[in-house]
Amino acid sequence: MDFSNFLLMQQEMSLMAVFVILFIYDVFCSDKGKQWFQPIACILFTLHTAWGFLPALTGEAFGGMFVNSDMTVIMKNILNIATLLVFLQVNNWLKSHDTVHKRGEFFTITLVTLLGMYLMISAGNFMMLYIGMETASLPMACLAAFNKYREKSAEAGAKYILISALSSGVMLFGLSFLYGSMGTMYFSDMTAQVVSEPLMIVGFVFFFSGLAFKLSLVPFHLWTADVYEGAPTAVTAFLSVASKGAAAFALMFTLYKVFGNIEVVWNPILWWSSVITITAGNLFAIRQKDIKRFFAFSSISQAGYILLGIIAGTPLGMNATVYYVLVYVFSNLAAFGVISAIENRTNGNTLISAFNGLYKSNPRLSLIMMLAVFSLGGIPPFAGFFSKFYIFMAAADRGQFLLVFIALLNTVVSLYYYLLIIKAMFIKEGDEQSVDCFVTDGYNKISLILCTAGILAIGFLSCIYEHIGSKVDLFNF
Amino acid sequence: MIKMEYYLIVSTLMFFIGVYGFIARKNMLAILISLELILNAVEINFAVFNRYLFPGSMEGMFFTLFGIAITAAETAIAIAIIINVYRNIGSVNVRKINKMKE
Repeated sequence: MDFSNFLLMQQEMSLMAVFVILFIYDVFCSDKGKQWFQPIACILFTLHTAWGFLPALTGEAFGGMFVNSDMTVIMKNILNIATLLVFLQVNNWLKSHDTVHKRGEFFTITLVTLLGMYLMISAGNFMMLYIGMETASLPMACLAAFNKYREKSAEAGAKYILISALSSGVMLFGLSFLYGSMGTMYFSDMTAQVVSEPLMIVGFVFFFSGLAFKLSLVPFHLWTADVYEGAPTAVTAFLSVASKGAAAFALMFTLYKVFGNIEVVWNPILWWSSVITITAGNLFAIRQKDIKRFFAFSSISQAGYILLGIIAGTPLGMNATVYYVLVYVFSNLAAFGVISAIENRTNGNTLISAFNGLYKSNPRLSLIMMLAVFSLGGIPPFAGFFSKFYIFMAAADRGQFLLVFIALLNTVVSLYYYLLIIKAMFIKEGDEQSVDCFVTDGYNKISLILCTAGILAIGFLSCIYEHIGSKVDLFNF
Repeated sequence: MIKMEYYLIVSTLMFFIGVYGFIARKNMLAILISLELILNAVEINFAVFNRYLFPGSMEGMFFTLFGIAITAAETAIAIAIIINVYRNIGSVNVRKINKMKE
């Protein structure tokens, strides 16, 4: 066997190393030593993230099963950053009575999830894609049910595992038709054979529905709000950025690589699901009282915007999509960092009314929340504006003016409900139920500072956008 | 030899019975069984396509094997989570799992 193939799996190998070290540490360490688990996990993962930025070999491994290109390296780096920020935010929650004895499990399970996402992105074969997807979603269900003694958490886990199993079943059903019509599962062999025959279109539609569950596109979004609300906040944060980002990347790769020939077929499907997703996500977000539910619907509408970049099907679109996910990671994790800080203070109260008068008691937290929300809404000086701008530009470049127009209208709607949070924090008076002044723990502070820096800087550092653009390789893998 | 179409009819029926069961059943374990029907239908599809259309390669069979393994893992996790739900709520009826509905 040729072991040089493993050289291509640079990031996977280092992730596995981190996983094994943490796992052994978790098993053999005394209870006293475990209080160092969080810093050690963060340091190891920071090393892994830094390792990911080193130049990597590119090419195909294992007969084309695994593909590593400059683009996949960038995507994995984005997921690494997201995971690192989540790791920094969990300290307070993991120290609580329910979870303190199993804090090691949280880190190891999250790392396995991340490995699944890597495989999803790097897949060169549908079997690899499927295995990656399952590796990403099965541990995710365990994470959602992590708060064992909370009803809501158990409920969220049950909903997530059943829905993810259904979605993978639907996806596999489509894949079996694709296999039946082409006789191969390798992306590179399928590309030339895909034509708009009925069987292939049926296969594609089933496959797309399966991935749409993961990406929580309307009408496959019904699990999102419940799972986001019930899962522990750190898990919700991870689910909303990393899981969604990985699904978006995988969808983009398969659409461009495999189904490039039948763009006429998938273009209208994506068009409609994008319009419905953005609109429904926005409209339902308005009436939410719980902030995690609120961000669930906000993330649904963000997934619609991501589709806007995918629908373009050009190098520009790919560039804009990856950039959008990067900015989304920072903005959303800033919001969730604040939410988890508040939640710890209010004993699990996540209603928006808990934010009343936050500016009076905790001005810095409320400012970060404001930045995050403005960035998600796309208000000019922040990164969210630039990412939305690029994504609209990519779609308009392909003549999707109507779609861009609808998305722009929806941006205005989204500003309304994002401003509801601002109103609660800055204008409404706090009562005895709202939080008093408190200091967040050091780790969460670091993550919030990193997120704020990202929101403020990424938009202006145009070199990041150009760097992603220089690595775009649409069709030659 | 039995024609390929008959296998496909069986697998398609199984798939849609599974989808119906997933939507209509109220017991979570029954839902899990419906999921098994869906996934097994898919595995029949892969095996049949491989045997009849592409007998030269084994790709479909491999996919079936991997699918079975992953399905088993999925069932294990799902049952663990359902037991956890039962401990918390005292029921596996999906009607009772509505703490988060507005």
